[in-house]
Amino acid sequence: MSKILVNINGVDYSAESGKMVLKVANENGIYIPTLCHFEGIKPQGSCRVCTCKIDGRNMTACTTPASHRMVVVTDTAELEKIRATIIELLFAEGNHFCPACERSGNCELQALAYRYKMMVPQFPYLFPAKDLDAKNPKIMIDHNRCILCKRCIRRKLEPDNPSWFVFKNRGNKTQINLDHELTADFDDELAQKAMDTCPVGAIIRKEKGFDVPIGERKYDKNPIGSDIENKGVTS
Amino acid sequence: MSKKITIEPVTRVEGHGKVTIHLDDNNQVEQSRLHIVEFRGFERFVQGRPYWEAPVLVQRLCGICPVSHHLAAAKALDVIVGAGTGDGLTPTGDKMRRLMHYGQMFQSHVLHFFHLASPDLLFGIDGDPALRNVVGIAIKHKELAVQAVMMRKYGQEIIKATAGKKIHGTGAIPGGINKHLTQAEKDYLLNGDDPMNIDKMIDWSLGALEFFKGYHAQNKDLIDKFAAFPSSHVSLVRKDGAMDLYHGVLRGVDSEGNKVLNDVDYQDYLQYIDEEVKSWSYMKFPYLRSIGKKDGWYRVGPLARMNTCDFIPSPLAQKEFEIFQAYTNGKPNGMSMHMHWARLIEILHSAEMMKELLNDPDLMSGELTVTGTKGREGVGLLEAPRGTLFHHYRINNDDQIEMANLIVSTTNNNTPMNTAVNLAAKQFMNGQAEITEGMMNAVEVAIRAYDPCLSCATHALGKMPLEAIILDANGKELDRKLKNG
Repeated sequence: MSKILVNINGVDYSAESGKMVLKVANENGIYIPTLCHFEGIKPQGSCRVCTCKIDGRNMTACTTPASHRMVVVTDTAELEKIRATIIELLFAEGNHFCPACERSGNCELQALAYRYKMMVPQFPYLFPAKDLDAKNPKIMIDHNRCILCKRCIRRKLEPDNPSWFVFKNRGNKTQINLDHELTADFDDELAQKAMDTCPVGAIIRKEKGFDVPIGERKYDKNPIGSDIENKGVTS
Repeated sequence: MSKKITIEPVTRVEGHGKVTIHLDDNNQVEQSRLHIVEFRGFERFVQGRPYWEAPVLVQRLCGICPVSHHLAAAKALDVIVGAGTGDGLTPTGDKMRRLMHYGQMFQSHVLHFFHLASPDLLFGIDGDPALRNVVGIAIKHKELAVQAVMMRKYGQEIIKATAGKKIHGTGAIPGGINKHLTQAEKDYLLNGDDPMNIDKMIDWSLGALEFFKGYHAQNKDLIDKFAAFPSSHVSLVRKDGAMDLYHGVLRGVDSEGNKVLNDVDYQDYLQYIDEEVKSWSYMKFPYLRSIGKKDGWYRVGPLARMNTCDFIPSPLAQKEFEIFQAYTNGKPNGMSMHMHWARLIEILHSAEMMKELLNDPDLMSGELTVTGTKGREGVGLLEAPRGTLFHHYRINNDDQIEMANLIVSTTNNNTPMNTAVNLAAKQFMNGQAEITEGMMNAVEVAIRAYDPCLSCATHALGKMPLEAIILDANGKELDRKLKNG
């Protein structure tokens, strides 16, 4: 793969041609927030949280391949405002009660809300009537918390099997659906994998929650993005 | 006699209480009522949620004693996950929870006595309201105020070390606990810099008791006669009759000391206790089935615990318990203001128990959880600061809660608080057409002795929102006073 030069926030970085802008930035210690992105699966750019100014246009960093002499800006006030607004919209359109959610402290949406210092969404809460699918013996799907990022649908939990998750319905009725027949024999490992794929608390393992004490959860000591930002820039 | 009562539903019991007082033709108090117009709905909205969420969700009932709800729910779920009915946990799980609970008891009781009740004692029931609050204490009794703040802080540090944070932690999980005590936490809590260490807390607890006993000696009429009445008392006790705030069997005694609940298994509480509903309050009225609705009401809380237990299993508190018991010649104590005395003895007991547990190596290592054969229903009881707390859950085959029943401590004390209010109203308002601020506060003092969740609002500088309406025999309003929060 040929080497190219990409300018991010005014600094030229050497990168491999074809790599996504998000990856190039991350490899160079520049954090760009994401929600629908999941390492190892094809990006789709649906959440728009990674929106950057790329060659003068607002584009999603996770789906835009880097090219030679590309100019990327990741952190203007305008971009930060866009991201914060998206986060607020997600909170307003779901039922996200962090205090009683077992993903609290491990939740990407919550961690981003903290990063953007969200206090109260500027939009009114919709309080949609959503239910909880608890039929599977190993996992529960709490539609109240789902942000429809499609990570669970796009990721194959087992290489040889299709995803067990699908979208059903349309528009504001869209929700993820689990094939209960195919997943009737889900084991603990697959259940954990499904839960780890979800950025929020929509997919949770049964009979297991709050077993990591406060202070030791993923984002308690290391706020989201700090692992990338602490790498340091290697231009 | 005509009467008109307006009840407006509010969402938080802590901040909203209303007292109505009805006079007869001679301006004598005929009836008074404490209206708690709470409507929370927790029992309904936990339905459908996964059962392991309950301890974290339901603790949001309260910001003062969330640990009590957290642990009561966890105890009920212990039964559901097959971890036994309170005595099946690992030593680490059991002792970490107990430490959390004693920390909670300590900080909540301290808050009540020093921040809420002591202004009435130090400045008088009819003292200047501008001073008769915690700020007044800070101005006039600085050392006491500092002590109060530091004692409460200590209790909350205990909670943080066991639950993860001071308010609304996540430590207790079905079948056990999610963390050990670390060496740093142990060192800090046992031997922290003055005053943040357990020995200082025990000293201060003893000092608070001495203060109360001195005050009692000089104010016997107030402490012994104000809102005093006989009643039954209910609490958990250890199987051997010892005071146990975390687990035990359910014991009830009547005003003569006869057992009306004979150390029964609380999993069967519905066989013994029922709740009556009245039109004028959202709070139910629990009663002992064996005695009936009319006379089956009972008191819970510190006073009840002193009346039900045979002894206190910590040496300093046991000495104080003996003095307390001797004051009524071993008979059940029905004096509402002695609730403060009992509360102070429990502060001392909690401090002693915390010291014992902090020195226990089981807290620092060992298995955290245990599971067994899963069931579908469980009851969890414990002695919360304000009294016996009942949590009862049933789950469906998909692990969702399908039924929840909570009887919180303040609910148990509903009739006793109304009785105390009635007595205080008669004592201070009989024959009066105009209500003075001091009379109003007398009613509050009666309520406050029970430290109901209602009084959480009182925490804001002693201003419990309280409305009193005085009506004549024809239902005509003579006077109305409102104290805002």
